[in-house]
Amino acid sequence: LPVKPPSSPSFSLQAKMSRLAQARRLEGVDKNIWVDFVKLAATYSKVNLGQGFPDFPPPDFLMEAFGRAVSGEMHMLHQYTRAFGHPPLVKILAQLFGKLLGRGLDPMTNVMVTVGAYQALFCCFQAFIDEGDEVIIIEPFFDCYEPMVKMAGGTPVYVPLRPKAPKEGKLMLSADWQLDPAELASKFSERTKAIVLNSPNNPLGKVFSREELELIADLCVKHDTLCFSDEVYEWLVYDGKEHIRIASLPGMWDRTVTIGSAGKTFSVTGWKVGWTVGPNELLQHLRTVHQNSVYHCATAAQEAVAQGFQRELEHYGKPDSYFVRLPRELQQKRDQLVQSLVAVGMKPIVPEGTYFLVADISKFKSEVPDVPNSDEPYDSRFAKWMVKNKGLAAIPLSAFYCGAHKDNYNSFIRFCFAKEDATLKAADNILQKWKLEKTAP
Amino acid sequence: MLFASRSLCCRGIATYQLQTVLLSRSIKFSASDTMAFRHKNTRRIEGLDSNVWVEFTKVAADPSIVNLGQGLPDICPPNYVKEELAKAAAVDRLNQYTRGFGHPSLVKALSQVYEKVCGRKIDPLTDILVTVGGYGSLFSTIQALIEEGDEVIIIEPFYDCYEPMVKMAGAKPVFIPLRHKIGGNSASSADWVLDPAELASKFNSKTKAIILNTPHNPIGKVFTREELQIIADLCIKHDTLCISDEVYEWLVYKGNKHIKIATLPGMWERTITIGSAGKTYSVTGWKLGWSIGPQNLIKHLQVVHQNTLYTCPTPLQEALAQALWIDYKRMDDPGCYFYALPRELESKRDRMAQLLQEVGLKPVIPEGGYFMVVDVSTLNVDLSDVGESDPYDYKFVRWMISSKKLSAIPLSAFCGPETKRQFDKYIRFCFIKKDSTLDAAEVILKNWKKQKA
Repeated sequence: LPVKPPSSPSFSLQAKMSRLAQARRLEGVDKNIWVDFVKLAATYSKVNLGQGFPDFPPPDFLMEAFGRAVSGEMHMLHQYTRAFGHPPLVKILAQLFGKLLGRGLDPMTNVMVTVGAYQALFCCFQAFIDEGDEVIIIEPFFDCYEPMVKMAGGTPVYVPLRPKAPKEGKLMLSADWQLDPAELASKFSERTKAIVLNSPNNPLGKVFSREELELIADLCVKHDTLCFSDEVYEWLVYDGKEHIRIASLPGMWDRTVTIGSAGKTFSVTGWKVGWTVGPNELLQHLRTVHQNSVYHCATAAQEAVAQGFQRELEHYGKPDSYFVRLPRELQQKRDQLVQSLVAVGMKPIVPEGTYFLVADISKFKSEVPDVPNSDEPYDSRFAKWMVKNKGLAAIPLSAFYCGAHKDNYNSFIRFCFAKEDATLKAADNILQKWKLEKTAP
Repeated sequence: MLFASRSLCCRGIATYQLQTVLLSRSIKFSASDTMAFRHKNTRRIEGLDSNVWVEFTKVAADPSIVNLGQGLPDICPPNYVKEELAKAAAVDRLNQYTRGFGHPSLVKALSQVYEKVCGRKIDPLTDILVTVGGYGSLFSTIQALIEEGDEVIIIEPFYDCYEPMVKMAGAKPVFIPLRHKIGGNSASSADWVLDPAELASKFNSKTKAIILNTPHNPIGKVFTREELQIIADLCIKHDTLCISDEVYEWLVYKGNKHIKIATLPGMWERTITIGSAGKTYSVTGWKLGWSIGPQNLIKHLQVVHQNTLYTCPTPLQEALAQALWIDYKRMDDPGCYFYALPRELESKRDRMAQLLQEVGLKPVIPEGGYFMVVDVSTLNVDLSDVGESDPYDYKFVRWMISSKKLSAIPLSAFCGPETKRQFDKYIRFCFIKKDSTLDAAEVILKNWKKQKA
């Protein structure tokens, strides 16, 4: 397209966009670990146990529901639905979570559908966190909490889960990572607006016990703090453990937003359907953020998820319920990966929940020399080396710590085991071969 | 204990609800009784809770009402578009996460289509962001580039979300109305123009951006090259950004051409151009849109996106990519959907206009888009006894819904505070409707005419 030069001689200088374009709210939130690690996995990995998504198919009943939604008679499923959630979906969510929380829920006011749990978190921070507000984040944490708090002008306050030494001769368990009650209490101040809870916890797989949740709840009530409870892995709990919803504890319903995800519930991370459940007094403000940011979520996937839940409600508690089948299958995969790692000398922290497992790679440190004064945490360099040289992708644990604490636990990496048995076998082959190469003279 | 309720009836102000606290609640947790009052919303969303759609989309649920209100097509999307979604949904890995800033095959398809349209190279990875609808693109753009202390020029009437999004970013909206040309017969959207001197007076050193919407919702105006040049000259002179909402880009009617302001000299590097799958393929429920622009601006939108929802749904993006390839290959062919849809809509536009004219109304014939606005004052419907203090057009639409079973959207919803009165006799009809819907509207309008006589 030929550009006709205008008459002014200084045009070329004038035309350039010279002033600083971006808003200050983006300061310090531009880096993102996934951008790098997803690219590396795509380029180098033969076995990808990095980013958290299943490589097995979603359940048949859900795929059939989606197929019906997109090609069936109801062509209006290709048009806008209700902005705060497709009616069949919010109705069934209200029914299910009402049952799970032991209270009657209004689908129109106590439930809001979001573009994945990610957008639910975004709405929470934007609705409630102003400049100067503090938000308590438990480390290690799903990495988006920190930049979301910052983008809202808030100050993250970190409190770590601290590992207790495992019993003699036993593997470390995610339950061995615990909060120090006095330390937690010391983090609450009159500026504390909210605490973010993630149970089951990504990356450790910790399932908070009732006592641990009561500890947090007591502090929330005492300090009149909100709780954003990220429970996306709520169905993925093992060894007969129980997932307890903090919103069901005394004094907590009024101050808690509970977040869930179809992606994790039904193994369809690419559908990006999530939800918030909570009192209208809180959800009304999430609705305001939602209607001024994305407004509607895609319709067809919501229809399919609604049908998926309908099916699950009918099969609730039965052996063929997906909520029973999936954790049973994943527990086996967890155990398979634990065995693989133990056999090669990586020390797994056995997770009580989620589909993640963190392992101590200290015995393999000789492979990647330490670089003193490096900006990059050791485990990050190790994970990058591992994917490039061994074709096995995992995520460094430092990704789940704030900047100041990234070097605290620098010999751990996170594996995702929501993978076909063949994938886990292939990972095992890589690890066994690696061990042999290490010990060979 | 009973907390007194205060109910404030003005729109946009939070209402406090009656709280009844039972004495039987544990005394230990009495602090939580006051919780609802301490946990107010943030400043950024203060006053942004109400919204014209909350009232008027409820109407869509009532099947007895002929709904020409919300911009919701009731025509079918083309079969190949639905088929591509069915195909994509059947592929296992397409049900898991894809690339955050846009599914690779989709950004590639978008870059090809828009390279052809714009006549310049567009890098699919750095110059494009895929978002949740055109709405999501507007939000990402405004959050990325607008902040407290900035002013943003908004042309009235405007798609209603521009104002609250600018406010949520902490900035000040500066309004300028389209005015109808003196001597124009006001029968065409082309007669609604900006006054160049008035527009120039709105720019100052605080002006960070101007939001342009062409083809325009609700009026249907398609800005001419000369009109765009006036805006471009001011953007360059004041080093201002241009946020160009072009979701209706393909829906232009005979005699009109959609021109992208980003293709004007000096504008590519300061413009974000927004598009929408929903409007392109009549699939509003897919909620996929995109922002296209120079890397140094798009990178900031990508940062917002990675901190808000991270990725858009995968199967929808794959299906959209395949549909775009199909139409890209026939972009020189009149059978391409980009041209077939406006041809289909033009006859609906003309029919809608005729129906309104027969009732004695003078609709503004749009040059583009799928909306038509009309001044209803000639119907002389007296609503002075209706209680609320809302503008006339709100009252008129509510009256029309209940007594005529026909819905539309009041135009003052699309105006800033000072211009609401200028447009409070106008309502907006949506005509991307199947024939049976327009037939039903025809029956209502013909009866209305009979009753008037």
